[in-house]
This record gives sequence, structure tokens and C-alpha cells, in this order.
Amino acid sequence: MASVTFQNVEKKFGDLTIIKGLNINVEDKEFLVLVGPSGCGKTTALRLLAGLEEITSGEIKIGDRVVNDVAPKDRDIAMVFQSYALYPHLSVYDNMAFGLKLRKTPKEEIKRRVNEAADILGIQDLLLRKPRQLSGGQRQRVAVGRAIVREPKVFLFDEPLSNLDAKLRVQMRAEISKLHQRLKTTFIYVTHDQTEAMTMASRIAVINKGNLQQLDTPQNLYDYPNNLFVAGFIGSPSMNFFAAKIVKSGDKMIVDSGDFKVQIPNELVGPYKGMDGRNVIFGIRPENIHDPEFAPSNIFGEKVSAKVDVTELMGNETLLYLVTGKNIFVGRVDPRSHLRVGHQTDVVFDMGKFHIFDAATEEAVR
Amino acid sequence: MKTRFHIGKYWLYVPLVLMAVFYLLPLYVMIITGFKEFSEIDLKTMWNLPHGIAFDNYIEAYSKLAPSLWNSFAMVIPAAVISSALGSLNGYVLAKWKFRGADVIFPFILFGMFIPYQSILIPLVQFMNLVGIKGLPGLALAHIIYGIPITTLTFRNYYASLPQELLEAAKIDGADMLGIYRHILLPISMPSFVVVLIWQFTSAWNDFLFAVVLTGNTDWPITVALNNMAGSQIISWNVQMAGSLLAALPTLLVYIFLGRYFLRGLLAGSLKG
Repeated sequence: MASVTFQNVEKKFGDLTIIKGLNINVEDKEFLVLVGPSGCGKTTALRLLAGLEEITSGEIKIGDRVVNDVAPKDRDIAMVFQSYALYPHLSVYDNMAFGLKLRKTPKEEIKRRVNEAADILGIQDLLLRKPRQLSGGQRQRVAVGRAIVREPKVFLFDEPLSNLDAKLRVQMRAEISKLHQRLKTTFIYVTHDQTEAMTMASRIAVINKGNLQQLDTPQNLYDYPNNLFVAGFIGSPSMNFFAAKIVKSGDKMIVDSGDFKVQIPNELVGPYKGMDGRNVIFGIRPENIHDPEFAPSNIFGEKVSAKVDVTELMGNETLLYLVTGKNIFVGRVDPRSHLRVGHQTDVVFDMGKFHIFDAATEEAVR
Repeated sequence: MKTRFHIGKYWLYVPLVLMAVFYLLPLYVMIITGFKEFSEIDLKTMWNLPHGIAFDNYIEAYSKLAPSLWNSFAMVIPAAVISSALGSLNGYVLAKWKFRGADVIFPFILFGMFIPYQSILIPLVQFMNLVGIKGLPGLALAHIIYGIPITTLTFRNYYASLPQELLEAAKIDGADMLGIYRHILLPISMPSFVVVLIWQFTSAWNDFLFAVVLTGNTDWPITVALNNMAGSQIISWNVQMAGSLLAALPTLLVYIFLGRYFLRGLLAGSLKG
């Protein structure tokens, strides 16, 4: 059991800097998810921690030990790869036992650990099969099993679910979460899928272009994104953004997008008081846009006129793709909504739940 | 439509069969001549079937060629095995442990495939004399080295097709460079080994040129012995042909029994497992 620390870690491939001054502190027994678009450096960060790549500068610690120059096999980690990377000529049992055999673990002990891991993952019946005789989900379990038997201090997962079909992915997601609760070990998990990040993580590190954008609990990331990138990346469908200006009108503060004007409620006006005339980006999540017919009565609602461009009926909710002037945005409304394609209508923005970002720095203002 | 398609298909077989017959003619002559008596040998009756089936010629050919047949085995087996093993190690390093300059060294190794035997004959003999490796061991050494380019190429291409993650998983599991080779790559490279072993076996077995300059009459391999079996005045073609079949038999058998694996191995790199 151990914490993991990235201290000013930098990684260059030739002239190309993949990771720039990364600082992350993963606590013992935490489930940290590194998330970001492809090519952002999250997998590289994981490979640096595994020792599969050498770091250019900085320090990586597992527990209190600096592991910069420690070989992968001596780092006390286990890794689950995207392609599973099972040894094709070995049975499931031997795949799981391989690492222990190399470490000269006694036979009885190997047997006990492999059987225990097979028990946890429900793959006892598969122990004698070869990887090619297994389905994708079963291979995935074996790959996890191979990590479990090593009883490592830190588990590393590199997009382990991306080769599975949608249904299986949801199921394995829950299983990995359960596994974390059961093993009570540090998990570090890389994915580009924000849903995986939100559902499994105790904390999420959002990475973009080699920089850490924000490191926080899923709920805090969702509610209080630090910048435009995090706000757009977390949540599906994404947050709507409008280029706008903050204008003071009498004692009210107004957000003016050119196509519509909405008022900031007085009790939230604090941080924006001095921003009269400033260019900002106004953000609001789809679920905070309502069909006026079904809008809750207790919100600070502001009406915005828009035309319905596309509707997506999901059963439990309806997604409206709306157009106002030059802006296109999405509302997630009550499924009973009567709004249909082509309707010109008012929709209600819940102004208790908006986000303002500085237009130049793209940092959140709050 | 249907009938026309069928006729077209049969017409396709006509040239194919003709070409196959033409190709097999020498083999036909070799086999029937091997069963003829010396008195039957005549250019006029060259295409006729023998009067009876007798194995005398084979017995005589074998008694003359037996020592060199075993010489050939003694030379070819190490030549094929050692060359394949070296090629496998080369291919492993060139595909998966790229060092600085690996991409320069690899084409240089491949270049060895294009060097004709004749052009290096004199330096080869001088070198063998200089280091004092003579006869069969020298011949085996020459074939080991001459085989390295093709064996390296075959293994490198196979190993390059394996995902890097497989090696990384083994690395994290605790295997080092040689451990990964021994525990992971070697067991799954058998198809490639079959390809390379057959290839090396055949080319070393059939070689005449290196053999004739490097070996003497006590340790001739079968190709040279077969050539020298023909007397200087009269050639007993029936015995000669029987000997030819004996000389060709091992490579034929290798193809017949391992041919399936040969094809499978050639395809192994191109198909996703």
C-alpha cells in the first residue's frame, strides 16, 4: 500500500515535450483517474510511473522511495494494458503465475494466490484455457487477475475497457470499482472516457497538452471546473459556451451574448461586480436549460428565445439542439416536452447554475 | 451464364496441366532411368518404361553415396539449427531492442542475401585456410554465416509484428531481455523456425559450389559425391539417376512433412492472431 507522487515531472521525446512539469499527489488507497483527450500525455504519465519510459527531469515517488532509476519489476506495481497483452502460448493459470514464477515464489503460494484471484474474478473455470479461447471480457479479467496475484502496492490501468463493447464496459466498470473496494490498494487508471472517470474515480486528474488542468473529486470537477477545457471535457453532452460580455445595467449585472441577455442573480453577483464591459465566455450545462412548461418554479429562470433544430428522445429525457442567432446549444429537458423540430420557443436558463470564464485566459471566474 | 463459366474454368486447366507435365518430364526420366538395367540405357529408348522394377541401382548408388549422405546430414543440421538460432536472436534485438544504429545495421545484414556465391569463393577459401577450419566444419560455418541474412529477416519481421505491450507486460512481471526471449518469444516463434529451418536445410543441402571448394574426397557432401560418381569414360546413367533421387529425397521429405507448417509460417506475420 503506498502513495504516489509526481514532482515536476517532465518528459521529452526529442524536441517534443509530452509532459510539462506534472505535479500529482496520489494518496494511499486512492482511485485516481487520469483523463484527457488522446495525445494529452496521460498514458505517458502512467508509463513513466511503470518505468516503461524514462523521465527527462523531476521525480517520481512510490511511497517514500524515489523510483526514477528503479527497474519496472522492482517498483512493486502491476499494470493492465489496453490490449490485455496476455502471453498467447500460456494457459490462463500460467499467465497469472508467470510473474510469481520468475520471482521464485513457492509453488503452493502461487497456487493459493492464483486461485484466490480467479475466485475474485469468477474465472476458475477458465484456468486451463489459452487466451485465444477466451472472449474479450474474459481476457480482460485474466489481465486483471495477472495484476492481482502480484499483490502490488499500486495498480496501473491503461484504458483497459476501450476494447470492450458498450454493455460489457459498463459491467467491468462496476467490477473494477468493486475490486478497488475489496483490495484497498492504490489504483491509477488512464482513460479518455469522462464517463469512466466520473463513475469510478475517488479523484480525477484532467490533463491536456501535457499539463495538469485540475485535480479534484468528480463532483467538484463537474460543479466547479477551473477552466474552459475542464468545463467542456467533463459532462456529456458538453457544457454550452457562449461568447458574451458582462454589462452593468442599473444595479443588475447582465450577461449579453448579442443574441440574448440574461441576468446574474443578485446573491451570485459578487465575483463579477468589477467586470462591467469585460469579454467573457458564458457556460451553462444542458440540464440547466428547461422547457418553460416544465421548468421548476424555485429557480432563478431567464428566458432565451431559440429555434429547435434537432430533437433526440431518450425516453427518460429529451435533448434539444437549439439555435439562437449564431449560437447552437443543447438543452436536456423533461421528456414530456412538446417542443419539436422547427418550433420557435423560449427556453429557461437556470441562472443559479452558470459558469463564467475569462475570454482571454479561459480561467473560471468565481 | 453458368455453362460458359464452367467451360472457361476447364480451359484454364489445359495450359496448367501442360506446364505441369513439361515441368515434371525430367523427374519422370530420372525415376524410370533409375529402374532400368545398364543395357536398356539408350537415347532412343529414353522415354520408354523399364522392363521390370529392380532396386539394384538404388542399392549400388547407396553403397557408393552412403558416406557422403551422412556427411551432408552432419553439415546441414548444424548449419540450419545454428543459423536459425542466430537469426532469431538477431531478429529479436533488431525488432524489439532497437539500439542506436540498428536501422543502419539491419539493411547491411540484408545486403548479405544479394552477394553471389561465386564472388566470394576465393576469399572464402583463403579465410578458411587462414583460420584453419577445413572440410565439413568449414562448409557448415560458411552456410551458417550465409544464412544469417535470410533468417534474421524472417524473424525480425515476425517479431516486429508482435505488440510491444506483450514485452512490457513481461518486463513488469519481472523478465529481463533474455528472459522475455526465452519465456515469451521463443515459444511462440515455432512457425518462423519451421520456415527458416526448411529454407536453410534446403539451400545448404543443395549447395554444390561451396562444397566443392571447401571439402576433399574424404568428406564430400552428397552433391559433390554424386557429381564425382560419374566415371570418366562410361557413365552408368541408371545408377547415376538412382543416386540423384537418393540425393533429393531428404529435401523432398522435409517439404512433404513440414510443408503445411512452412506455408503457415510464411503467413504468420501477415495475419492477425
